[in-house]
Amino acid sequence: MSASGAAATPDELKERIEAGIPGATAEVTGDGHHFNAVVRAPAFKGLSRIAQHRLVYDVFGAEVGDRIHALSIQTKTEIIA
Amino acid sequence: MSDNTLRDQIQTAIDENDVILFMKGTPDQPMCGFSARTVAILQSVGRPFAAVNILPDPRIRQELSAVSDWPTIPQLFIDGEFVGGCDIVTEMYESGELQHALGVEDAAPAEAAPESQSPEAAPLTIENRL
Repeated sequence: MSASGAAATPDELKERIEAGIPGATAEVTGDGHHFNAVVRAPAFKGLSRIAQHRLVYDVFGAEVGDRIHALSIQTKTEIIA
Repeated sequence: MSDNTLRDQIQTAIDENDVILFMKGTPDQPMCGFSARTVAILQSVGRPFAAVNILPDPRIRQELSAVSDWPTIPQLFIDGEFVGGCDIVTEMYESGELQHALGVEDAAPAEAAPESQSPEAAPLTIENRL
């Protein structure tokens, strides 16, 4: 759904994370190249930090490091209603 | 050199160094803020580490990411195990897990500013190690 040619935006990343990880909520900030995402999802429960971050990176595949130059991630298992 | 050979050499470097950081630039001259922050944390913990600059050859990053299944740089390995990138290393440092993993949890808290210290170990280069 995302425009692959256009610059990435925090809103696009937020929507794709929330669509790609069941039950996830994301807060994303960034300048079009460097982004920071705080992601909460019940799907993270019981996973190692590495596995949690991989779930987020997997939403974007090869775009990380390319179109999305840098993506910092903090994952949390608790959900804010 | 085939890419498989390069991958083998990366794996060998991981296996042969207790603590090894794949980064952009060198500990003395990091070329990316995330690599710089990770170096500063490792230096403040005070455990010597090996470092590999991934910038000279783009295949290093490709093959490293194939080994670790991790898309970003830096990447830290301890005792042959992938530990994480800058975000995870930062979280582990703040929680004390990193110091535990490095076997330095009983060390006195670092008081000096991390960036003012010089690296304990000379950085490995692609030329002499990979």
